[in-house]
Amino acid sequence: MGRVQYIGRRLLMMVLVLFGVTIIIFSMVRLIPGDPAFLILGDRATNEAAAQLREQLGLNKPLLTQYWEFIRGIATGQLGTSLLYRQPVINLVARRVPVSLFLAFYAMSLAAILTLTFGVLAAVNRGRWVDHVVRIAFLFFITTPAFWLGILLILLLSLRLHLFPVSGYGQTLTDHFRSLFLPALTLALQLSAVLIRNLRGQIITVQYSDYVRTARSKGLSERMVLWRHTLRNALIPVVTIFGLQFGYLVGGTVVVETVFAVPGLGQLLIQSITGRDYPVVQAITVIAAFFVILVNLIVDLSYSFLDPRVSYE
Amino acid sequence: MSDKAATADGVSRIAGTASFGLWDRVRHWRLNATLVVGAALLAVVLVVAIAAPLLTPYDPIAQDLNSAFLPPGSLGHPLGTDNFGRDELSRIIFGTRLDLQIGFISVLFPFVAGGIIGVVTGYLGGRVDTILMRLVDILMAFPFLILVIAIMSILGPGLKNLYIAVAVVNWIPYARIVRAETMANRNLEYVQAAVTIGATTPRILRRHILPNAIPPALIYVFTGMVLAIMTGATLSFLGLGPQPPTAEWGAMIAEGRQFLLQAWWMPTLPGIALLVVGIALSLIGDGLSERR
Repeated sequence: MGRVQYIGRRLLMMVLVLFGVTIIIFSMVRLIPGDPAFLILGDRATNEAAAQLREQLGLNKPLLTQYWEFIRGIATGQLGTSLLYRQPVINLVARRVPVSLFLAFYAMSLAAILTLTFGVLAAVNRGRWVDHVVRIAFLFFITTPAFWLGILLILLLSLRLHLFPVSGYGQTLTDHFRSLFLPALTLALQLSAVLIRNLRGQIITVQYSDYVRTARSKGLSERMVLWRHTLRNALIPVVTIFGLQFGYLVGGTVVVETVFAVPGLGQLLIQSITGRDYPVVQAITVIAAFFVILVNLIVDLSYSFLDPRVSYE
Repeated sequence: MSDKAATADGVSRIAGTASFGLWDRVRHWRLNATLVVGAALLAVVLVVAIAAPLLTPYDPIAQDLNSAFLPPGSLGHPLGTDNFGRDELSRIIFGTRLDLQIGFISVLFPFVAGGIIGVVTGYLGGRVDTILMRLVDILMAFPFLILVIAIMSILGPGLKNLYIAVAVVNWIPYARIVRAETMANRNLEYVQAAVTIGATTPRILRRHILPNAIPPALIYVFTGMVLAIMTGATLSFLGLGPQPPTAEWGAMIAEGRQFLLQAWWMPTLPGIALLVVGIALSLIGDGLSERR
């Protein structure tokens, strides 16, 4: 199978998975026994309010019609009306997507820097104290819940040393970088813990391959061998692991945004759940799943560009 | 991850051990330093959890507003008190019970359900298997935490709903591991032999496949428990778990977050407890997968 067919097949798969995702989100509220309108309203439920909500959410229409309208809504950006804010969900969400994306990319960049630095450092010094320190430090970061790590960073770097703001997003781009540094670092420390372990292992494996021996024997410096030959090949599987970790990153954003009061999608999600604002919860779940599917697709495709030997099966 | 290594190992050791039961397999896991340290740490935690009422100097939810915000090292309150004057040490000790319970229950049901689903689909293959794998593909498209949160949003906050929400998502890794092991074993001679002598499918699954397919999943249980405890604490931190005044570590950290300037110990100490449990379980998991 050629590359074009491969990409075509992956795109088709993506559409099918997205389709399944919408079915699950759609059924979630409707599968629960009892009246979903009463469920969403909770304490605010009266017969009148429930009837009005059923009307508003279209819950009194046939299931197939409801699903069709749900899908059409996603495709056209009509995600319904927020029950809490009484405005279109799309407006609420659109303001917050850039904030969360900024945070996610920031975290990814920091994770890349951490992974390259400490992964290489640990592999080159295998078995020595640097290796052990890196392993133990990152074992600590990965067995720590993100929200606690975030609070520790606030206690230490914000309240004690006054290096970074405690919370918020700021107005200018420089502000954003400063305000989001700690949330991004929290995510990056956990994300890179998995990646460092992998990169270290890969570098050690690749070091024994024929082409690295050839590169050495033709007289290249150790540095050249490491950066041009070892690392380039060792990084390929790490990219795949990264794709698998992206879902974690999205989930982590929710927690970290709550800890640092970042006005992103995650914070909105938690507020909407507390306020039983179901249309908003539904929309954010769809968007999150969409990004995870998209990133996995990109990783899959980039894999075939990074490694020409990859077979399209 | 270690799955593949575990599979290869399992396959290489199958010849000649076909009649071994599950217990024989578990018994053959060898001890190593990582495993011993992890198990010792976990043993201490378990003792604390079981003996909680004997160890705690105070009622974990008894308020004493006169002694609020006492720092660690105060007389009678070695780990200090919180904003309601409740004893931190007593709350952390009682939290051990709840958090271990969350870890255990949120792994038990997914383990059993995932194991059954994995062995049946892996052995039967065909359409059942295809349907399952597509379902897994779709569920994997959701970020784990967001799916759990979305389910909680429908069920409402609370401990019971937390178990349900985590279980709905958490059976997947067990199903995948057991399925992969089952497929690796399905066509081996000893299974074919059992088929030839006329053993029924349920008997083959129970007597022959499961004893070989379960150990790798058992190893993952410890990683799964770390994940479950962290998820539980996270949901609790977000206000979706056990409700106040229950002593639960995630909830305690959330409460402490409001008093960062007055009482650094309030969010810090329960987190250390979480860290200790997380490290104990991770070490056991690592120790088991290092050497089986």
